[in-house]
Amino acid sequence: MSPDAVMSWSSVAPAVGEIWLAVGICYVLLVDVFAGERQRALTPTLTLVVLAAGAALMVTCGHVTERTLLFNGLYIADELGFVLKLAALLVLAVALLYSRAYLESRSILRGEYYVLALTALLGIFVLISANSLLTVYLGVELLALSVYALVAFDRDSGIAAESAMKYFVLGAIASGALLYGMSLIYGLTGTLDLTQIAARLHAPLHPGVILGLTFIVVAVAFKLGAVPFHMWLPDVYEGAPTSVTLFIATVPKIAYFALTLRLLAYGLAGMEAQWSQMLAALAVLTLVVGNVVAIVQTNLKRMLAYSTIANVGFIVLGFVAGTPDGYAAALYYTLVYVLVALGSFGVIMLAGAKGFEADRLDDYRGLYRRDPLLALVMMMLMFSTAGVPPFVGFWAKLRIFQVLWESNHLWLVIIAAAMSVVGVFYYLRVIKLMYFDEPQGSVPASAGAPGVRLALGLNAVAVLALGLLPGPLLDLCARLIH
Amino acid sequence: MHELLSILIWLPIAAGVLVMLLGDRNIAAGRWVALSGSLATLALAVPLWTHFNTSTADLQFSQLLPWIPRFRAYYGLGVDGISMPLILLTAFMTVPVVIAGWTVIEARPAQYFAAFLIMEGLMIGVFSATDALLFYVFWEAMLIPMFLIIGIWGGPRRVYATIKFFLYTFLGSVFMLAALIYMYVKAGQYSIASFQALPLSLIEQRWIFLAFFLAFAVKVPMFPVHTWLPDAHVEAPTGGSVILAAIMLKMGGYGFLRFSLPITPDASRELDLMVIALSLIAVVYIGFVALVQQDMKKLIAYSSIAHMGFVTLGAFVVYEIVRNTGQLTGAGMGMDGAMVQMISHGLISGALFLCVGVLYDRVHSRQIADYGGVVNTMPVFAAFMVLFALANTGLPGTSGFVGEFLVIIASFRASFWYALLAAVTLVLGASYTLWLVKRVVFGPVANSKVAALKDLNSREFLVLGALAVAVLLLGLWPAPLLRVLQPTIHHLVIQAIATKL
Repeated sequence: MSPDAVMSWSSVAPAVGEIWLAVGICYVLLVDVFAGERQRALTPTLTLVVLAAGAALMVTCGHVTERTLLFNGLYIADELGFVLKLAALLVLAVALLYSRAYLESRSILRGEYYVLALTALLGIFVLISANSLLTVYLGVELLALSVYALVAFDRDSGIAAESAMKYFVLGAIASGALLYGMSLIYGLTGTLDLTQIAARLHAPLHPGVILGLTFIVVAVAFKLGAVPFHMWLPDVYEGAPTSVTLFIATVPKIAYFALTLRLLAYGLAGMEAQWSQMLAALAVLTLVVGNVVAIVQTNLKRMLAYSTIANVGFIVLGFVAGTPDGYAAALYYTLVYVLVALGSFGVIMLAGAKGFEADRLDDYRGLYRRDPLLALVMMMLMFSTAGVPPFVGFWAKLRIFQVLWESNHLWLVIIAAAMSVVGVFYYLRVIKLMYFDEPQGSVPASAGAPGVRLALGLNAVAVLALGLLPGPLLDLCARLIH
Repeated sequence: MHELLSILIWLPIAAGVLVMLLGDRNIAAGRWVALSGSLATLALAVPLWTHFNTSTADLQFSQLLPWIPRFRAYYGLGVDGISMPLILLTAFMTVPVVIAGWTVIEARPAQYFAAFLIMEGLMIGVFSATDALLFYVFWEAMLIPMFLIIGIWGGPRRVYATIKFFLYTFLGSVFMLAALIYMYVKAGQYSIASFQALPLSLIEQRWIFLAFFLAFAVKVPMFPVHTWLPDAHVEAPTGGSVILAAIMLKMGGYGFLRFSLPITPDASRELDLMVIALSLIAVVYIGFVALVQQDMKKLIAYSSIAHMGFVTLGAFVVYEIVRNTGQLTGAGMGMDGAMVQMISHGLISGALFLCVGVLYDRVHSRQIADYGGVVNTMPVFAAFMVLFALANTGLPGTSGFVGEFLVIIASFRASFWYALLAAVTLVLGASYTLWLVKRVVFGPVANSKVAALKDLNSREFLVLGALAVAVLLLGLWPAPLLRVLQPTIHHLVIQAIATKL
């Protein structure tokens, strides 16, 4: 960029999403402060308005078709980022919609919750568009700090505070690893710019670079929740209020996919041979531990946490393939996973009531009798995650298998296939509890506004519809990566 | 005519969804929707038979629409001589299931009918898919309604049985999926025809054959992966047992004929003795196991395994015939027998399970010891039960005879010993079936419950009567079925004995 270039509107238009979000956060915060206790209900609505306006602004002004570098190359705008951001916006909006009644009934409907969700989203946006190690770190930390606070948000809950603490300490170590790895890479390549790093890294590699890469892979694995860096995940999922679990399980995954893609697949493309080996080992461990440990869980949130870990194993496998098709498969898997997780945790929230968390597996005995719609939705989501056609989860797994075959990782296909059979068992158990068992004792009737239930129904219909006609989404993912 | 198969798939599914939406409150209307849905499907399946061109092995009634361009997967449907009769069987057997469940199902009836209708559509989809990916989607999707049927309306150990059923079949299917993906990567598309034409080395064929074998052997089921079947059958509600025995088991046999033999002919030739040995073990050993069963449904389940042994024997004995005689004469006969046996077993086992269902609805027991002298109180029912039992033993004049006879003759060409072992079933089958009939139907009235039995109502009479007509018709006049099979089986024999090396 020439030194005399003035920062004009058109030059920052692709970043309109971030700019609008920053403005929106201040606005929501101020309104919330002055609205007082009685107009508390204003904030959720306002947040949704901010999100809707953000989406509209992005579609009208922020759409780019070609790769564009902004802010001296710190920020990259491309079609992939555009779609990922829109997806994150949409998922967050649905997540907030699902959680409103939950927060209200537990008297934790506070403005901070929404502000923190928006700052996390801003972090996600920054991460998605990062083109420099600095921007990557900025995004990662903004997201992580917001989420730590969200987990501890229910301040009277001891378990939430404990899991937030655990998350924070482990997360700080991961951030440290990320920074250390980045500093090594920076020191040896002399640049923070990911495009430049990609151009400068080539064989023979300096051992220091490989050391740096190792630290970065550790940090990425921690963020994704890959074994053996998954320890925080089940505790946080279980301990956090369900609405926060819903958030953690969905929106940030999109960002961490982008992190892996921009950092490893693009920035460190020259070291693909090294990191794909590391990721392969991580993926195998993740698949085995995630699926096997999920079997013995008695808490549904915890079980879904291990299921998340198992799914992360599949996403990592997409990267192991090391081809654009592989990254597209990982993207497809991520989007599908987020869609299903959104519904699953939504069901947990709707199945509960005041004083009844509905997070133990036993709480789901005979759910069919209490609430046929929730049971049907949950059944479809469970079959989808298990990878049974005609639901969309099957195509996600199939695509991963295909790219692994094509890149000659036969033994990984076999392990992944065997582990997905193991996985079927615990998904079937949820269905068994809901449909085959009789309800135990009296359980408070599940509430939920008709609109929210409709949204949940649509969520399930999307899982089926995308499963019957998987072509368009598959094509979109492939187009975004190529 | 191009849309006929699509209609046959989606019409019952739509009817099923409609019944589900009507819900248990409007079940009176729901029942009629279910019945008319299944009857309409049957009526629409008839043109499949009447307009079938019996002079070609090519796919007929085909439809090809782009489905997933990225995988070059198509929504491709079509039938030939081996899939068309199975589709008719599916459409035919769903009607009795709907009628048999009319008033018997008290818990969640809407979902019961919906599950069977949706499953009917999916099963027709399995038989008519010409694209392997589409085939796989139907093949797996079918597990979902069956899982629910056994789990919701089943007996006391239903949860164990249904999870075992699901995991067994899912495990087998995953291997098949791996084989399909392997061939997709080589062929660049998923059409079954392209897989059949794909050149494969012997090592590749061996692995693919074994992967398919696992999937299909579980489904048939063959010894030693048959153990899910008795559990599933015993625990399933009557309708579930009927569909399981009549249609779902046939998918294994269909898979062998559609995938294993034409795609991996050399591996099939190499490993044929394994399949033949397992089939003969199923026929003989499982026959003995059936003999000692105390539970009527379990007995019929084991009898199913033994009878399905004929299907796999008939399909693979081709290689032994060629090897031992050097000629092709009689090779097609084994496959003809396998196909006739599948159709006939579908009718007979379905009918026998319905008979057990009739008794169970009245006495609420499946134990043989709880019955005796049923003929005294239910003479009409007894007549049907004896007819189906005799058909099960392979009495000439019933459909059971034709299939077994063809397979035994064909195995005689291969080796005297195969034929001898296969023929043991005539003795064993007669023993366990007739002994069952003797203990349940004949003799003096055993207890007060039997004394209080009421004979068939008109609904049950209609169902069993229709099946009896079909069993006798196929037994006395199998020529129309054989004529439909002939060109396809001929083509299949050529594919099976050709070499891809």
